[in-house]
Amino acid sequence: MSDLRELYQEIILDHNRKPRNFGDLPGCNRTAKGHNPLCGDMVTIYLTIENGVVREVKFDGKGCAISVASASIMTGLITGKLETEIRELFDSFHAFVTNPGGQELGDGLEELTALGGVRDYPMRVKCATLAWHSVIAALDGGNDTVATE
Amino acid sequence: MKENSIRETSLEHAGRNPVLDVDSVRKDFPIFTQAVRGERLVFLDSAASAQKPLQVIQSISECYESQYANVHRGVYWLSEKATEAFDASREKIGAFLNSPSSSEIVFVRGATEGINLVASSYGGTFLQPGDEVVISHMEHHSNIVPWQILRDQKGIVLKVAPIRDDGSIDLEVFGNILSSKTKFVSITHVANALGTVVPVKEICDMAHSAGARVLIDGCQAVPHCEVDVQKLGCDFYVFSGHKLYGPSGIGVLYAKEELLHQMPPYQGGGDMIESVTFERTSYADPPQRFEAGTPNISGAIGLGAAVDYVRSIGLDKIAAHEADVLGYATECLSGRNDIRIIGTAANKASVLSFMIEGVHPHDVGTILDQEGIAVRTGHHCAQPVMDRFGVPSTTRASLGMYNGRDDIDALIGGLERVKELFN
Repeated sequence: MSDLRELYQEIILDHNRKPRNFGDLPGCNRTAKGHNPLCGDMVTIYLTIENGVVREVKFDGKGCAISVASASIMTGLITGKLETEIRELFDSFHAFVTNPGGQELGDGLEELTALGGVRDYPMRVKCATLAWHSVIAALDGGNDTVATE
Repeated sequence: MKENSIRETSLEHAGRNPVLDVDSVRKDFPIFTQAVRGERLVFLDSAASAQKPLQVIQSISECYESQYANVHRGVYWLSEKATEAFDASREKIGAFLNSPSSSEIVFVRGATEGINLVASSYGGTFLQPGDEVVISHMEHHSNIVPWQILRDQKGIVLKVAPIRDDGSIDLEVFGNILSSKTKFVSITHVANALGTVVPVKEICDMAHSAGARVLIDGCQAVPHCEVDVQKLGCDFYVFSGHKLYGPSGIGVLYAKEELLHQMPPYQGGGDMIESVTFERTSYADPPQRFEAGTPNISGAIGLGAAVDYVRSIGLDKIAAHEADVLGYATECLSGRNDIRIIGTAANKASVLSFMIEGVHPHDVGTILDQEGIAVRTGHHCAQPVMDRFGVPSTTRASLGMYNGRDDIDALIGGLERVKELFN
């Protein structure tokens, strides 16, 4: 049970119960879908970008607690950020969840750090990164579905 | 000798008890001697792939240790031994399905290849644009996609027979889909995501009256009930070895001899020819015609050993035992307002698919894994049936002969952990 508490921290359970920025975003200028073929989960990301800055972001879809919490946490972190900052953040988050001895995330990223439990569950890393892959796809301007496989 | 002593032990137990002795059966499966995450292994994913008894593992070792050479080629002693064991396996499988002749047994990689072979060779030759192929709403992707490929290549029409809310087939509705245009019916014997046992005998009769050929996907049936292809009257029957306690990478296509003789090869290569010149090649008779290249020799021998093992325990005993455990599991999960069972047909085998209110199956799977409980979570390669029930995925507990009521108790305990964590 203690190992599970490490994976399912209260922050994650809370974001899963009450996802932030959930729903669609009329008038958005970028969108992308993410798909995890392993479980059939889908997430759609909607972005309003002005002068290279993400003004507003929303997501919808269905997924496990890890993927919903990750998407919810991400929307809070990337609002108001420059595209380049978001890409850098994704790179460090990706390294954080895929390298067992990976570098810890910096200050202000405690919620993101809570997702670190997936490092012990290789099958679940895709759940934690699905929304991020979708945001990167939206920033790249593609309207295609990105898949984790 | 060791192999025999183990089998005798199982038989002895079986003889003493009218029902299957789970403790004795578990001793035949080495995987259960290890702890998983510090817990006793509770394996509830046999519908994906079953564990292997020592008898199968040893038959594969023996093949490589003392009787290995290529088959149907060498004139030397070792090649004869290997060929004998390989052919004996085909005989065993023919008898297992009560096929009139072992030349109706084609070795394939698995049920997927078997269906692709039939769609490509039979479908590609004998089906014409506008001909209708009927499948059901609860097929595995392997019994959907090959027919879609054929549809795109040949212009056949693919029709889907609906299922009821409990996951059963309404034969009257099924009959209404059949017409003189129906040339082929390809349907599961036991649905992998729901556990529904399909009345395939009736379906064969109805399809034949309409003038259609029938393929039955028996992957989820052969480990759980006696299958007699002559009684069913089906034209084709496929299954995968690894779900029948045998090795992966080997499976079986049974087909009526007259059909195999009419069908062109699926792949070309060695072992499937009579003679080859650059101008013209004549093909070997079935089943070799459909077995191009060096076959999965140890896989075929291992599958023969798996068939021996299952028969030594007795499918009637296995079926009765699994029905008891499935009934117990269903009883435990029924009547709870936090659990929805997906697939509640009256006649089911081995599979219990369910949803827990407010918790995604992947989270359920991870939490159960911490307790050494292996279940499948996801869409079970059957997305259309998930859509039918309005869920993206389910948690599926599926049974093998080694599962007992104690495994279900462990599952129920694990589900309590899920509730604790998520509430």
